[in-house]
Amino acid sequence: MTALRKTLTIQSSPHISAAASVDSIMFNVVLALLPVCLFAVYEFGIAALLVLFTAVASCVITEHLLCRVSGHSTTVSDWSVVITGLLYGLVLPPSLPLWMVAAGGVIAVGVGKFLFGGLGCNPFNPALVGRAILQAAFPAAMTSWPDVSSQAFGSLPSSTLALPLTKPQFDGISAATPLANWKFNQVATDTADLFLGSVSGSTGETSALLILIGGIYLVARRMMSWQIPVAILATVALCSAVLHAIDSDRFAGPLFMMYSGGLMLGAVFMATDMVASPITHLGCIAYGVLIGLLVVVIRVWGGMPEGVMYAILIGNAASPHIDHWIQPRVYGTQRGVRL
Amino acid sequence: MRGSLIRLIGGKTFAHGIHPPEAKDATRGLTIHQFPFAPLLIVPLSQHIGKPAVPVVAEGEEVSRGQRIAKPDGFMSVAIHAPASGIIRRIAPTPNINGKMEVGFFLEPYPASTQEVAEGIPLEASSASPEQIVEAIQAAGVVGLGGAGFPTHAKLRIPDGEYVDTLVINGAECEPYLTTDHRVMLEHPDDVMTGIPYLLRATGADRAIIAVEANKQDAADSLRLAIPKHAPLTVEVLPVKYPQGAEKMLITALLGREIPSGGLPVDVHAICVNVGTTAELGKLLPHGMGLQDRVITVGGPAIKKKGNYRIPIGTPLRFILETVGTEDDLSTVVMGGPMMGTTASSLDIPITKGSTGVIAFAEQETRRTSTRKQFPCIHCGYCLEACPIYLNPSQLGLHAEYGEHQVMADKHHLFDCFECGCCTFVCPSHIPLVQQFRIAKAAVRKARRSA
Repeated sequence: MTALRKTLTIQSSPHISAAASVDSIMFNVVLALLPVCLFAVYEFGIAALLVLFTAVASCVITEHLLCRVSGHSTTVSDWSVVITGLLYGLVLPPSLPLWMVAAGGVIAVGVGKFLFGGLGCNPFNPALVGRAILQAAFPAAMTSWPDVSSQAFGSLPSSTLALPLTKPQFDGISAATPLANWKFNQVATDTADLFLGSVSGSTGETSALLILIGGIYLVARRMMSWQIPVAILATVALCSAVLHAIDSDRFAGPLFMMYSGGLMLGAVFMATDMVASPITHLGCIAYGVLIGLLVVVIRVWGGMPEGVMYAILIGNAASPHIDHWIQPRVYGTQRGVRL
Repeated sequence: MRGSLIRLIGGKTFAHGIHPPEAKDATRGLTIHQFPFAPLLIVPLSQHIGKPAVPVVAEGEEVSRGQRIAKPDGFMSVAIHAPASGIIRRIAPTPNINGKMEVGFFLEPYPASTQEVAEGIPLEASSASPEQIVEAIQAAGVVGLGGAGFPTHAKLRIPDGEYVDTLVINGAECEPYLTTDHRVMLEHPDDVMTGIPYLLRATGADRAIIAVEANKQDAADSLRLAIPKHAPLTVEVLPVKYPQGAEKMLITALLGREIPSGGLPVDVHAICVNVGTTAELGKLLPHGMGLQDRVITVGGPAIKKKGNYRIPIGTPLRFILETVGTEDDLSTVVMGGPMMGTTASSLDIPITKGSTGVIAFAEQETRRTSTRKQFPCIHCGYCLEACPIYLNPSQLGLHAEYGEHQVMADKHHLFDCFECGCCTFVCPSHIPLVQQFRIAKAAVRKARRSA
């Protein structure tokens, strides 16, 4: 028996921990987004690939440089900025000039995330901040959609490589998205096309099926709240079903409403940004219902065909208040929901 | 949510909680062995919550094993007995597990002694009065052996106007690595059965429920076989979940009753006693003996000869580790389980009545938890889903970061936290939440004292 001489490490309990970490959660979200991205490239060709690449690159570089300038170590490795870049790219029209994509990416990360303090502090989904600013700055470019059937994989819309600050020329007549077609022409699109994604629209918003698969993967791994997308989609479906029953010529049916535009991508991947959504299950449901109602209101009575982006941004703004009002009932106390 | 679903399909458990790796396989099958006597035993006067005991022997005095060497100081205090026959070398300060110095006996056992145990006046459960039982338990020096070290007799004195209908015997043992209660239930079910009537009589409860988690089915079977005929006693097997062994969680799991915030089990007419404590009572009271040793799991990745040992109170950690052997890169020694246990700052710290385990980790495992990169809170909500008392650890953590300790106490139920560590365990940002809550509690208590 030898005398035991050791330097002991002391620490406060617990002394074991679960394997999950922020970077592994973020990486899994990136994985869940990959099928959506691949389908976007398959559908819209090399233009979509360039948009996605530029979006991710501009976001990642912006975050890296801002971290360096402010004297912090870079936070690029936590993968959250890659999600922002991908989501941001997926909600842009595939024919958007790349310089606009890059400018929006800088704003998304610089204004939407870094100004508020970086990961964990952003009140809004940064990807949507980038898109909202582009929408205000370049309304024409942000609503010019290439027709999905006329796209050959290798062909590049001439607008993609437009020089900065020049007015881009869009090829031919741009196609109407299903939502615009309904809003302005009262033409409905086949639900199966909507579900599978062979319609025109933003780069990654068109295939509801692949978005759902990604969402189910994340929910199964407990890396995403199922309450938020379910509440949003159920609210939209319910409201539009009621409206459709009242006047089926004026109001679109629930399936069309759910599968068209940015709703699926927004409900599954945008609204579920953990940082900008409520923390309790009940709060998530309230938040989802709020977003769902706003989507219906904007789409039906607003001036624009699509309102998911603004609905989610307003939901983001409301979520700290939802968290303030809806707190879990502590064991052994009577106080429940704080209203 | 999940808790209520499990209840619906007939399983009994509480809501929230976590499933850490059980890590019990290495020791669950190992029979309890008597541990040798260390050349020097250090027996602190305070091994329980409450006032330290008062020595009744002097330095240089000879004592025999089981002899009372310190008497209780008031009701919230218990007696202390000599863990070995030998000589009291000194009565002097010694480091305890919390990092403070406190007075203890330095007892040198006689190597040649047979170490026979002194017996006292036996107490029959059937004829004793509740007061006699409470006194006998205090005199036997018994405290909660599940880790808290609360004097057992103090729990059993039911306040006037209150009553108890159910005695819960806690055999959940939900902490990873620990297998002491498991082995006691498996090997000594008769001691448990002998101990229960004392507790029933002292509290006036009509029935007793022994709660065992499903990973100890063999222990539940052994207990069921040992139940005497017509005894008001059942064994319930609960789904495995941490922290089911916490008093509040166990009573909610079994009875569906919620102990009020700041209250005690007696407020919902229940009393909860650890199964190891019950077995010890069954062993001691019929012979009028005092507590001098206890069963401890010695395990963890850095231990060579893992096992469940009956170790004399006062055995220093160094002696235990040298006897069982450790890996060369030993770096952390935890007293208790890895979720709520305390790391030892010195190997001269002794085993006390509340020690359930000695778990040693090597460099590699220590580094995995202590040097992980910390991220900002991303509001994932994992901690809310883990917290068994439905706190909002994320919110508490944000206040802690800004030093708003009073706000945490006033508005966010800081003092309902019993520090089970579930929030820190699940946090993907690796924020030391429960550690911050401990600091906050200490700060608020300090502010209250000086106010």
